[in-house]
Amino acid sequence: MRTWRSYLLGASLLLAFWQIGAWWAGESVLTGPATVLAELVSESETSRFWHHVGASAWRVIAALAASFATAVPVGLVLGSSRRADRFVRPVINLTYPVPKIVLLPLVLLIFGLGDTGKIVMLSLILFFQLLITTRDAATAVSRSAKYSLYSLGGTRRHLFVHVIWPSVLPAVFTALRIATGTVVAVLFFVESIGTQYGVGFYILDAWGRADVPQIFVGIVVLAIMGAVLYEIFDVLERVFCRWKQM
Amino acid sequence: MTQCCGELLRSTDLTKTYSADNGSVPALGPTSLALGHGETLALVGPSGCGKSTLLLLLAGLEKPTAGEVLFKGQPLTRPHREIALVLQDYGLFPWKTVRRNVELGLEIRGESMDSGRLDSLLAELDITEKMDLYPQQLSGGQRQRVALARALVLNPSLLLLDEPFAALDTLTRERLQDLVAAAWRKHAFGMIVVTHNIQEAVRLGRSIAVMGSTPGRILALVANPRGCSEDYRGQADFFEMSRLVRAHLEQTA
Ligand SMILES: Nc1ncnc2c1ncn2[C@@H]1O[C@H](COP(=O)(O)OP(=O)(O)O)[C@@H](O)[C@H]1O
Ligand SMILES: [Mg+2]
Repeated sequence: MRTWRSYLLGASLLLAFWQIGAWWAGESVLTGPATVLAELVSESETSRFWHHVGASAWRVIAALAASFATAVPVGLVLGSSRRADRFVRPVINLTYPVPKIVLLPLVLLIFGLGDTGKIVMLSLILFFQLLITTRDAATAVSRSAKYSLYSLGGTRRHLFVHVIWPSVLPAVFTALRIATGTVVAVLFFVESIGTQYGVGFYILDAWGRADVPQIFVGIVVLAIMGAVLYEIFDVLERVFCRWKQM
Repeated sequence: MTQCCGELLRSTDLTKTYSADNGSVPALGPTSLALGHGETLALVGPSGCGKSTLLLLLAGLEKPTAGEVLFKGQPLTRPHREIALVLQDYGLFPWKTVRRNVELGLEIRGESMDSGRLDSLLAELDITEKMDLYPQQLSGGQRQRVALARALVLNPSLLLLDEPFAALDTLTRERLQDLVAAAWRKHAFGMIVVTHNIQEAVRLGRSIAVMGSTPGRILALVANPRGCSEDYRGQADFFEMSRLVRAHLEQTA
């Protein structure tokens, strides 16, 4: 509940500054929050608007799920097998610095302009962030934790379940929270091509029509989407990593 | 091989050389030792002389470069269900409550312990009230008690302790030494305690092996029949023994 109150306070503060800025610069330069909120309310009464939001939410959630399901297992394996890591590390080091967004044309060529291409593009960017964080956290598991587990009679499987996975989990949640910022930013790019739906398209479309209030509506929606995802991962971390709060 | 009478553990010419990036580290020279059932041995020596390495080999956690370990007459090549280990940093898992830490060994082995025996062990170690806390909510001394509980619930016939109380203040340390001595008298497990503290070696080791470095080896073996007995600390023969062990140690430097 404290979270909600602080969100309310933060949002009011932001809106106040925004409103002051709008008064100072004039509505023709900076549309004020009152206008944008009114636009948001009227837009939210159309099904088209929710179609945009739904399309974006689906792409983001699918990309987060796909990158989680691929990057975390690979990171766990690389972090706990020195041989695998030695083999794969150069590959990662060479591919990681390539800004993945420049692959957008290729990805869309291979996977098509539909949702698949977009989700692959988003997942690709998240994949490396999650992979590297997971791998490094798994590498950091102490020798003494491993000795203890083995001396209790544990196998490699027990080591995964009782030691590596729980010790990596907080880092995974941190990576996921950071990933929400990245994914929403990249969403705007991928939705600028080959689609009629999504908040990214919505913003571009409004821009084309020079409908400034609607541009702001799109921005606000992206911000809310990012914040909601961030909070979801925060809550999940508090549930699954209770020991971290002690 | 004949199974020798009353012998719990024997190592012959145990050697360990670690291979590191910048060459190899001779951690432990050929080291031989033996421990009878229900006997205790303290390994005392300067930092870096290979004490932990020796203990890990005796626990079956590291493979020797040469030599072998016999546990109850059988070659030891991996952790054994009757050997329990407590490490210097306790090796507790911060993501598990005290209860789940203590019961982890049983859980892994698919065993259970009758609750009366568990309760009496927890009472003996004075951690009954801490079971639902996390390790990071405990003091160092309490954590060490939890680590001991986790080892002792497995009812080991050999307990290995690596500098168990090094991070504790003097009074806590002495109280825990007395606790371990009492547990030993009650449960009669074999025990090897690694320490760099002379008084700890004298308090707990019924024989005391003085180690020297590069590579680590045992330089002297001192019999200390009053080790682990009640009210040993503070008596004249305790100080006499400490002086003797110190003299041996000073020769290694
Ligand atoms: N895993 C390892 N890899 C390489 N060298 C090690 C490793 N563990 C210990 N050593 C080295 O072996 C020697 C003995 O270490 P250790 O057994 O920990 O000594 P002690 O417990 O007596 O302080 C030291 O020189 C140490 O640096
Ligand atoms: Mg050591």
